[in-house]
Amino acid sequence: MFVRFEAHRYSDRCCPTTQTPARGTRTLMTTTHADYRLSQLDQLEAESIHIFREVAAEFEKPVLMFSGGKDSIVMLRLAEKAFFPAKIPFPVLQIDTGLDFPEVLTTRDNWVNRLGVRLVVASIDDAIANGVVVDDGKTSRNRMQTATLLNAIEENGFTAAFGGGRRDEEKARAKERVYSHRDEFGQWDPKMQRPELWSLYNGRIHAGEHMRIFPISNWTELDVWDYLGREGIEIPDIYFSHQRRVFVRDGMLMSETPLNPLREGEVVEERTVRFRTCGDITLTGCVESTASTIPEIIDEVAIATLTERGATRGDDRFSEAAMEDRKKEGYF
Amino acid sequence: MNAETTTDGRSTNMDLLRFATAGSVDDGKSTLIGRLLLDSKSIFADQLEAVEATSVSKGYDYTDLALLTDGLRSEREQGITIDVAYRYFATPNRKFIIADTPGHVQYTRNMVTGASTADLGLVLVDARQGLTEQSRRHAVILSLLRVPHLVLAVNKMDLVDYSQEVYDKIHQEFTQFATKLNIPDLEVIPISALAGDNVVNRSDNMSWYLGPTLMHHLEHVHVASDRDLVDVRFPVQYVVRPKSDEHHDYRGYGGMVAGGVLKPGDEVVVLPSGMTSKIAGIDLFDQEISEAFPPMSVTVRLEDDVDVSRGDMIARVKNAPVPSQDIDAMVCWMTTTPLKPRQKLAIKHTTRTARALVKDIQYRLDVNTLHRDQETKELGVNEIGRVQLRTTVPLLCDPYSQNRTTGSFILIDEATGITVGAGMINSGS
Ligand SMILES: Nc1nc2c(ncn2[C@@H]2O[C@H](COP(=O)(O)OP(=O)(O)O)[C@@H](O)[C@H]2O)c(=O)[nH]1
Ligand SMILES: [Mg+2]
Repeated sequence: MFVRFEAHRYSDRCCPTTQTPARGTRTLMTTTHADYRLSQLDQLEAESIHIFREVAAEFEKPVLMFSGGKDSIVMLRLAEKAFFPAKIPFPVLQIDTGLDFPEVLTTRDNWVNRLGVRLVVASIDDAIANGVVVDDGKTSRNRMQTATLLNAIEENGFTAAFGGGRRDEEKARAKERVYSHRDEFGQWDPKMQRPELWSLYNGRIHAGEHMRIFPISNWTELDVWDYLGREGIEIPDIYFSHQRRVFVRDGMLMSETPLNPLREGEVVEERTVRFRTCGDITLTGCVESTASTIPEIIDEVAIATLTERGATRGDDRFSEAAMEDRKKEGYF
Repeated sequence: MNAETTTDGRSTNMDLLRFATAGSVDDGKSTLIGRLLLDSKSIFADQLEAVEATSVSKGYDYTDLALLTDGLRSEREQGITIDVAYRYFATPNRKFIIADTPGHVQYTRNMVTGASTADLGLVLVDARQGLTEQSRRHAVILSLLRVPHLVLAVNKMDLVDYSQEVYDKIHQEFTQFATKLNIPDLEVIPISALAGDNVVNRSDNMSWYLGPTLMHHLEHVHVASDRDLVDVRFPVQYVVRPKSDEHHDYRGYGGMVAGGVLKPGDEVVVLPSGMTSKIAGIDLFDQEISEAFPPMSVTVRLEDDVDVSRGDMIARVKNAPVPSQDIDAMVCWMTTTPLKPRQKLAIKHTTRTARALVKDIQYRLDVNTLHRDQETKELGVNEIGRVQLRTTVPLLCDPYSQNRTTGSFILIDEATGITVGAGMINSGS
C-alpha cells in the first residue's frame, strides 16, 4: 500500500502525550494519540463545536431547539463545550406540545438550570388560544407543532435555530445541509439547497428568513449513545428499562395515559420497556428492553433491526415521503 | 492498531474515513453503496422492507438497492441521484461517511461539494463501456480537489465474464491518464456491486486479481498522515470572554486547528497585525491540553493582551502565510448566471469574510480533456477555470495543494445570498 511521505518525515516529532494536566475533575481519554490521530467521536465533536462557534459568530439571534431528548442533550453538551468557560450565548427553545413525557421535562429543567441558559417555551395550546394556530379537529398535533415553532421563531426574531436532526435518521435528511435555509414561510426547498463545501458555511439570509442548523448531521444513533456514555451526562429516565403500563396500537407499544384514550379492543398490561426516542407521548412507542445502562443500550442499538423512527414513531410512518413533506413545511 | 475497547465493544479509538463516490448514471453507484451498507449491516429491516416492497411494486426481478439511497421524492420519480447524499456505516475500527454524488456533467458542482471534504474518491466505471469522458472528468475533479486517495472500481465484472483482459485494459488506460493528474494513491478494483464480488467478500470468480477487496481497502487506507502537522495555522473563529466573576480575566480564542501542532509556550504571530506572543495555554472544554492538532476545536490563550478577533490567524513566527489581496485560484462556478470579469462577490475564506472583484478569467479548464480554453471570458454553471481576484482585505491563505482549509474559499452572491462558487487557491501575491 502507498504510504505518504509525511508519515516518515514527521514521525520523529510524534511523541505520545501521556499526561494532560487536569483543570477540571473529569479525565480526558481520547484526545491525543501517539500519532496525532483523533478518534472519530472526537472528530465529530470538533466538527460540531466548530459549527456552534461559527453560528454564534455570524448570526444575530440564534436559538437552540431543545426537546429534552438525547439528540438535543448532545447538542446542548456540545454548545456548553464550544463556549466554555463562558455561558452558552443564546437561549434554548422548547415546543410544549402538552403531550410531552414528564420525565423529559424534568431533564430539560435540570439542564437549563445547570447551564444557566434562558429557556423559551412555545406552547401549542397557547398558540391555539391566541389564534396563531387553528385547531380544526382535523389537523394533527404534529402539523400544529410546526406552526407553533415557526411562530415562535418569527415572534422572537430568531435568525438561526439549531436542531438535533441527524442524516442517518431518514432518507430526506440524508440530503439536507448543515446550514439549511428556510424562506420567510419557514419552508425548506430541497432543490434550492446551497452547495456546502469544506467547513465553509454560508449563513447569509434576508430579513424574515432563518437558517436551521444541524450541528450533529454526521452523527449516527450509535455515536450519540457512545457520546452520552463517554460524557456521563443526564438524560431522561425513559431511555432506560423500566416497568410501564402499555397497550399495543398499530404494532407499537404505547404508554397508558389519559392523554391517549384507549380504543376498542386495546388492552393495557405492564411490560419492561424503554424508549428509543422522545416525542409526542401519544405517537411515540416504546420497545421491550431490559437495557438499564448506556453500554447495554449500545449493545441493543448495535443489533437493532429497525431504525429508531421506523420502530417507534407514528409520525414518520404515514408515507414513504412523510419526513420530506413535513420538512418542506418547516418541521424540525 | 492500538484500539482501546470500551465496555460496549465499540472502539473509542475508531477512526474516520470520508469518501466521495462518483460514476455516470447506471454505472451502479447506488447499488454499490446499498451493498456496502447491507454487507456491513448498516441497513435496518424496515428500510430494506420498504425497498423490497417498492421493487416488487415496480415489477423488478431483484431488490433495487439503489432505492436505499435515492432519498428525495423527485429522485425516486426520475430514478437518478441529483443531490449530494450523506451515508454512514461502520466496521469495528472505522466509521465511514459517504458523500454520494451524481455523475452527470450538469451536477459537477455537487461532485465538487462532495469531494471537498473527502479523504478518498471512489470512481465507478461500467466494465462493458470502459473509461468514458465522464470517468475522466470525475478523476480530474477529485485531483483538482486534492482528494489524496483514489479508487477506480471497475463494476459489472459479471457482465464481462469476469475477464482479466477487460480489467487490464481499463487499468492501463486509467493509469496512463492519471499521470497527468495529482493522484498520490491509486487502487483499481474489479467488482460486481450487484453480485457482491470483491466488495466485502473476495470473489471466487476473479482468482487472477490479487489486490484488496474494496472494503478491505477502505478499512485500511492510511489517512492520518494526509494532514499537515508542520505548518501551524489557527484561524480565530470566536473570542471566548466569560465576563463572569469566576473567570474575570479569561480571554480565549476558539477555533479549529487547520494545520500544525500547537503547544503551550510556542512563540506565535497573530495575522494580519503581525504582533507576536506566546501560547499561554490550550483549553478543550474544562481541560488544559498539552497540544492541539488538526482537526481539533480548541480554545487558545495567549500570554500577552494582544488585540485578536475573528478572522485573524495564529501561526508560527517563522512560518506564517503571507497576507494577500491578489488571489489566483481555480474556481468552480455553481450558478446559472455566468461569472464574468468586473463582477463583485462576497468571499469567505477560513473565518474571514470580505468582498472580491473578479479581475480576470485566464482560462476555462475542459475537465474532460484538461484543455485550457483561453478564449472564453466567462465561466458558466458547472465550469471550472483559473480566476484572478482582488479582495477588499488581505486573506491569510496558503496554496490549496498545501492546505485544503487555508487554501479554499467560497464565493457568495451578495444580492441573493447564495453560494455561487468554490475556489482553490494557487497562490496569493
Ligand atoms: N449485472 C450487474 N448489474 C449491475 C451491477 N451494478 C449495478 N447494476 C445494475 O445497473 C443499473 C444501474 O445501477 P444504479 O446503482 O442505479 O446506478 P447509478 O445510476 O450509478 O446509481 C441497475 O439496474 C443495477 O441493478 C453489477 O455489478 N452487475
Ligand atoms: Mg444512483
